[in-house]
Amino acid sequence: MTKSLRPPLKPIIFLVCLWPLFSIGYTIYNDNLGANPIEYIEKHFGLWALIFLCLTLSLTPLKRLTQFGQWILYRRMLGLFVFFYASVHLLIYLGLDYQFAWTDIQDDILKHKYVLVGFLAWLLLIPLAFTSTNTMIKKLKKRWKSLHQLIYLVAVLAILHFFWLVKKDLTEPIIYGSILATLLLIRVYYFAKNKQSKNKKNNEN
Amino acid sequence: MSFKNPIRPSEITPEHIYNDRRKFLKSIAIGLGATALSSMAFAKVRSLDNIVDSDLSIGDKKTSFKDITTYNNYYEFGTKKTDPSEYADKLTTDPWSVSIDGAVKKNKVLSIDEIIKLSSLEERIYRLRCVEGWSMVIPWVGIPLRSLLKHVSPTNNAKFVKFTTLNRPSEMIGQRYKVLDWPYVEGLRMDEAMHPLTILAVGLYGKVLPNQNGAPIRLVVPWKYGFKSTKAITKISLVEKMPETSWMKAGPSEYGFYANVNPKVDHPRWTQATEREIGKGLFAPRVKTKMFNGYEKEVGYMYKNMDLKKYF
Repeated sequence: MTKSLRPPLKPIIFLVCLWPLFSIGYTIYNDNLGANPIEYIEKHFGLWALIFLCLTLSLTPLKRLTQFGQWILYRRMLGLFVFFYASVHLLIYLGLDYQFAWTDIQDDILKHKYVLVGFLAWLLLIPLAFTSTNTMIKKLKKRWKSLHQLIYLVAVLAILHFFWLVKKDLTEPIIYGSILATLLLIRVYYFAKNKQSKNKKNNEN
Repeated sequence: MSFKNPIRPSEITPEHIYNDRRKFLKSIAIGLGATALSSMAFAKVRSLDNIVDSDLSIGDKKTSFKDITTYNNYYEFGTKKTDPSEYADKLTTDPWSVSIDGAVKKNKVLSIDEIIKLSSLEERIYRLRCVEGWSMVIPWVGIPLRSLLKHVSPTNNAKFVKFTTLNRPSEMIGQRYKVLDWPYVEGLRMDEAMHPLTILAVGLYGKVLPNQNGAPIRLVVPWKYGFKSTKAITKISLVEKMPETSWMKAGPSEYGFYANVNPKVDHPRWTQATEREIGKGLFAPRVKTKMFNGYEKEVGYMYKNMDLKKYF
């Protein structure tokens, strides 16, 4: 039992998860960042943080749909990659875009709602990353699960961040918004189904 | 056939333009050879020959030709910055005519050649400040809009000027999607349109304007955000009422008619206090945006008694 809990593909998946770093390195090496390189890098990591968020949230639905439990073994790693890429995204915004000009940054966060929700989403990821260790899982017990349901709020904030920053063409926010909405709806469906079968059982008893 | 100097070398500062010259000449020579004598192409090249400098140019370092021509907001060709440079070459800009109508003594339909003959071509090096918070320094070639407006003799009812961009979804593939209400419409108040800084540009870096930058003829209003500077203009109407512009329709709370560069009035999405200068590299800091994009002395008087927070 304990043996099967070891995620067999972990090292390979870890390497695959580093793809956004390789790809941006390749783009930089070939001098293909374009006229606005900071914007390019900033968007690159923001988008990959969102993609990893979608991937992380797709593991539970995959488990249910495939009736194969091992997907969940990779959830923590993917979740930490969300935090990692979101942090790089933020760091580029703070360091390259604004060169740590804190008053300007404070203005930007408080005045512009898309920046504010993006920043909030990142803040909410911190406790999740911090409590991702086995020790913390044991320590927090039942509360761990409720705490980590914050990820749904992060997903909503991240999509709002995307919607509000786009000027006119909403195609991309709609695509990622639909993916996340689908992933959340699948959860709602199974939640309702479980409740129903539980009620049935109770009635039968 | 010999075309030794279609462009005066002194007009051309950056090295890569020099290097492009042979290719450019060759393409013209081939064009001429193939189509007997394409007088239009010839005329365009010739006309850019007599470019005079202007006191209204700024002395800042020019953004590279590559950056100016690969990072464009031109939704008629797509919403990505790289879309225009990728798709705009499909646009036919010759023949072209601009119709001028409305509150004028006589309606006119003019070709590009007829328009640029109304005044001498000037190089105007202006900073272009985009509402998204970035800027470029661009050496435009064009004529003051006022020379065209004077030519059509506006009547007393001419209070505003309305500019309309070409509507041709077969070539402008971005127009197949209703991102904006096509055709693109912009407008200026009469005094803004008559201001000496306001130009109709037909060239860039001493060359004929590339399609992605609004060929064959576009507006440039340097103290306003870039979206005011209508590209590929087919129609100029002098009107009595303030025209409703495309971006006002798309987001009235975000885009006003005036759209003057103003670091003190933020856009709901972007800060307008600072801007990113294109082409300065990964480690350059943002710079402070100037009131009226640095032209406060020249244009401030037109907005003296206006609440610029209200009329953004």
